[in-house]
Amino acid sequence: MAFYIAQQIVNALQLGSVYALIALGYSMVYGVLRLINFAHGDIFMVGAFLGFFAAAVLRWPFVATLLFSMVATAALGVTIERLAYRPLRDAPRVSAVITALGIGLFLEHFTLATVGAQPRQIPRMIPMHFYTLPGDIGFSSTQAVILAVALVLMLALDLFVNRTLMGMAMRAISWDIRHLPLMGVPVNRVISLTFAIGSALAAAGGILVGLAYPIIDPYMGILVGWKAFVAAVVGGIGSIRGAMLGGYILAATEVLVAAFLPSTYRDFVAFSLLLLLLVFKPTGLMGRVWAQKV
Amino acid sequence: MGAESVKAGGVRSKPATAGLVGRDAGWWAAAAAIVALLHFVLPLLPLNAYHVQVLMYVGINVILAASLNLVNGYMGEFSVGHAGFMAVGAYVSAVTMLWAVPRAWWPYFFPVSVVLGGAGAAAVGLLVAIPSFRTRGDYLAIVTLALNMIVKSVIENIEAVGGPRGLVGIARLTSPAWVYLWVFVTLGALRQFLHSRFGRGVQAIREDEVAAEIIGIETRRVKLQAFLIAAFFAGVAGGLYAHLIQFINPKSFDIVKSTEILVMVYLGGVASLAGSVLGAAIYTVLLELLRFLGLWRWVLAPLLLVLLMILRPRGILGYQEPAALIPWRERLLRRRAGEGAKVVGAP
Repeated sequence: MAFYIAQQIVNALQLGSVYALIALGYSMVYGVLRLINFAHGDIFMVGAFLGFFAAAVLRWPFVATLLFSMVATAALGVTIERLAYRPLRDAPRVSAVITALGIGLFLEHFTLATVGAQPRQIPRMIPMHFYTLPGDIGFSSTQAVILAVALVLMLALDLFVNRTLMGMAMRAISWDIRHLPLMGVPVNRVISLTFAIGSALAAAGGILVGLAYPIIDPYMGILVGWKAFVAAVVGGIGSIRGAMLGGYILAATEVLVAAFLPSTYRDFVAFSLLLLLLVFKPTGLMGRVWAQKV
Repeated sequence: MGAESVKAGGVRSKPATAGLVGRDAGWWAAAAAIVALLHFVLPLLPLNAYHVQVLMYVGINVILAASLNLVNGYMGEFSVGHAGFMAVGAYVSAVTMLWAVPRAWWPYFFPVSVVLGGAGAAAVGLLVAIPSFRTRGDYLAIVTLALNMIVKSVIENIEAVGGPRGLVGIARLTSPAWVYLWVFVTLGALRQFLHSRFGRGVQAIREDEVAAEIIGIETRRVKLQAFLIAAFFAGVAGGLYAHLIQFINPKSFDIVKSTEILVMVYLGGVASLAGSVLGAAIYTVLLELLRFLGLWRWVLAPLLLVLLMILRPRGILGYQEPAALIPWRERLLRRRAGEGAKVVGAP
């Protein structure tokens, strides 16, 4: 039993790392633009397919695949922001949200039309090993790589946001975008950077999903994207550490439900818990409470 | 908005509105005439079954878009799970027919089952309305999204209604006349509601919820009513849809369907009933016309949407309403206030 539970914890950490990486992108973009970037799940999907291209067609090794996918997807994210979101920055907020929905649909169907509907398999890039920890907890080399990559990326992001000048500019934008240009902060450049980082993290999530569950398809971004959004909200959207926490909480809930109930109840329980959480804690676990000006 | 309602309030103290309500009968007569026309003339036109089918899709989508516009456009909330209510309506309507009504009575019981579907959806709408008192904006999006997922998940887990495989054996009872009757009931009801005391409250909440509360609008009650009305008509649309397609499964009512309804609302224009009609019609017909592109229509259509949003961020008819969709009394008040028949109130 203890072994079983430990195994579930490993599973939850693996899934949670992916959710957390994608949730970070949601949360960062929301933080600076107050925009729910509904295309983010599809950016994650494009990241996975770029990884597939590098690994299966070009036969690149893991690290090169990861870097290629992250850089290319970052460029995609910046382009989308430039062409679709920036013209709408002063428009009503929902127009940008609908634009994001449209971009998401476009990415899905463009991938579908060019790559085809049949699911693809990312080749195994990491030699398979099994390790056993004292206490009979087993994990594979794939799981170790997933956890390590996710943790390194999240740590790097946390340091970047909290310790660098650009990170400070990012936090400042999330505080007050209107008056920031007066302080000499290059707002557009910081927003582009936010999209680049968020998209790159989503691409990393896409590659890691490709490692863990090797089948990828053009619609994979929809559900994972919504779940990452939920994770970002559970943690308090706009909060970076909250997004990481939310990702792991959501994954733990799902793995627990799948372990003890029929797996068809997974979404039901996860979303019901979310509703309950929002009723009692309307801004998420680590969300900021905005003062209501009267 | 503020100044206008003050003036309108001043005019309202004059009586003599009773006779004017009768002038609105013209609107209802026109609606009835169009429904009758559809019923009797449509079979004479050289339309094939496919055209009629598309026409009915347009009608059902109008009901969905107009009802969602009440919450998203007029109230300024962001509800993203409208297909969840549609699912409840579709299943309640279909199941009551299949389980409780003898086959011979189906044609007569059909309108009742559609209303029951709407009532079921409204009951589920309570589940959204109550968290909406505490959460706003983007968090409400999550609540409605979660509800959509929960509804779909619950249906998938009920074996008696077919689970994920879906429900078959539903009769084809939805006709163009039924669809358009419901279109006019929806538009008429929303039109009356929006220009009632509560309807003004809905729009006051959009402008500033705290200020609305302070000037004495019971925001909770108003929100509750708006959500229930929106959910009811989504349920009605679901009932009509079930009896048109004759097969429903949980997957037809997932977040993708909700996204489509959102697109119709924002394409046509927020806070505009005419906008919802236009949005639903353009979206439905355009996707049918682009069918020859095959897969690529789904690549092209979202790009057109993005382009439209950049050029017209409020949608085609955002915050505009033709006079016919404004009650006569309201038009008169506005004319006296010097506002013309145009709806003002864009923030």
